Amino acid sequence: MIQNLMDGILTGSIISLGAIGLTMVMHMLRFANFAYAELLAIGAYAALVFDRLFAALVPVMDQAFGGLSLTWSLTLATLAAMAITGLSAVLIDWAIFKRIRQKADALSMVFASFGVALIIRNVITLIFGLKAELYSNDIAFAMVLSRDPLLLIKPDQVFVLVAALVLMTIFHLVLSRTTFGFALRAVAENPALAQVAGVPLARIIIVVWMIGGAFSAAAGVFYALTNHLSPLIGHNFLLPVFAATIVGGIGSVYGALLGGFIVGIASGLALQVLPSGYSPAMPFLIILAVLLVRPQGLFGEAEQT
Amino acid sequence: MIGIISYLAFFGTVASILAIAVLGLNLQWGNTGLFNGGVAAFFGAGAYGAMMLGGPADPLQFGAFELPYTIAFAGGIFLAALVAWAVGLLTLRLRHDYLAIATFGVAVALEAVARNAEWLTGGAKGMRGFPRPFEGLFEDQFTYNLAFLAFVVLILIAVYVGLERLVRSPYGRVLRAIREDEIAARSLGKNATRLRLEAFVLGSAIIGAAGVLYVSFYAFISPQDMAPILTFQIWAMLIVGGAGNNRGAVLGAFLIWGAWTSSGFLLAKFAPTAVQIYTGPIQYIMIGSVIVGMLLWRPQGLLPERIERTKTGNEAPGKTASQG
Repeated sequence: MIQNLMDGILTGSIISLGAIGLTMVMHMLRFANFAYAELLAIGAYAALVFDRLFAALVPVMDQAFGGLSLTWSLTLATLAAMAITGLSAVLIDWAIFKRIRQKADALSMVFASFGVALIIRNVITLIFGLKAELYSNDIAFAMVLSRDPLLLIKPDQVFVLVAALVLMTIFHLVLSRTTFGFALRAVAENPALAQVAGVPLARIIIVVWMIGGAFSAAAGVFYALTNHLSPLIGHNFLLPVFAATIVGGIGSVYGALLGGFIVGIASGLALQVLPSGYSPAMPFLIILAVLLVRPQGLFGEAEQT
Repeated sequence: MIGIISYLAFFGTVASILAIAVLGLNLQWGNTGLFNGGVAAFFGAGAYGAMMLGGPADPLQFGAFELPYTIAFAGGIFLAALVAWAVGLLTLRLRHDYLAIATFGVAVALEAVARNAEWLTGGAKGMRGFPRPFEGLFEDQFTYNLAFLAFVVLILIAVYVGLERLVRSPYGRVLRAIREDEIAARSLGKNATRLRLEAFVLGSAIIGAAGVLYVSFYAFISPQDMAPILTFQIWAMLIVGGAGNNRGAVLGAFLIWGAWTSSGFLLAKFAPTAVQIYTGPIQYIMIGSVIVGMLLWRPQGLLPERIERTKTGNEAPGKTASQG
């Protein structure tokens, strides 16, 4: 029970990071982006490439910290992956979504994002293969928190949770303390009105893709660090991040953060009653429940149409 | 010669079954503007529904009632329609892309049930031994396969004709009106939410019928048959053929299925073994590229939708505006 709760909080922090950008993009560009979760996969694999590169160039960096499987090279690789993933998100928007946005309706964008997701996922499969990869082949030993009930936690998991919370706090400070943060929130709340107030929408959209890509990359690396890398990361996280945005209310960044934890914890606790094979379906049940009770989500405004 | 005919019959049967599903999707997307992100779920619901009702009895299995084919057929369609009704009821009154997310979720959820609920669905190994319809009437497999092709083509024609009549009827015009401008349609007193729900359920029932035919043909169903790629394939067929055009939907089904099977054949025959294990990903990238490429460069498809002017429009007597 408590073990499931702990694992749920950890997964929740990863989902939250992935949902931050999605909720903003969904609100500003008004389409459900099915390619969004592939950014987690791009980030995780980009970090793998940079990690191997840095470790090969400067072997000293391949030393793991304490009980973590994290190394200096992986830390730097994660930062590089965040930048690369942000740029990929901007590039994909520029190459595909922007062009379709200009001539067709929002549902064509949804449709295109389906195709983009399929392409990204399978290009990753072609490059890296179907088998699961790990950043480090050293066994990460779990710490025993208590023996009865048995509670295990890996140092990597503690690190991931702390790192995710640090990233969220930084983002919160940027949103609440800087002019840029105000502009971002203004656009997230009401794109048209923000534009009237002099916020450059096109530039903000690029920044949002960068931020969303960077956070997704971090989420992807964190997942891969505590589990493993697989080309299916994007597919597996798609429904959870959608669920997090819908629970929180589309357009609400704080809602997405909270929603991520709710989805993660609910999926974790569901393992008490359901076999693990059903966990992919949990986010869907959460979505249905929200749509039934409060379609606008926790912090969303009611939709007119 | 017999070999080629056999293969063509096999190809034609599968392509026709998929064409029926594409027609169902066309009613939803092409005519009503509803995004169904879980085509595979409704296809699977039809197939599993029929298998549970008509499949051979098995002590380890719930269902498998060995009911007659017609009841199994109707049951499969009913299950697909029921799932569509439940999802549609919750999402159709909300923002448009909620339907996309919820249908995608339904596909994930039903696939999880198909994989895990062994007592109900046979789990990952699936269920086999569906009694193929009219099999006793034919002596050899070859004639039977040809007859089955004819049966599927007949249903395809029936669905095609039915949908053509539907979209040309006043009902079809209302659906298109809602697709183009929901507020305008509402202001004319049309209950948009209800009509969208009806179109969604009907389209999903047709997709479910395709699933029933699929399980009738293969006599076997497993979670693999409702994998997400099926949704992408059906979508690619519709966008290539031309959304909103039923002839295009059928054409797209045959073209894409032809491209899919021949690319698989070519990769298996000529590609080095190292590449062959990636046949799936290569084909998936092709399907994804087809979807994105069509949307970028020819969103109307090969056969674009034809908007017919009604008799009371420009051609009405007394109106000579169009003649100069």
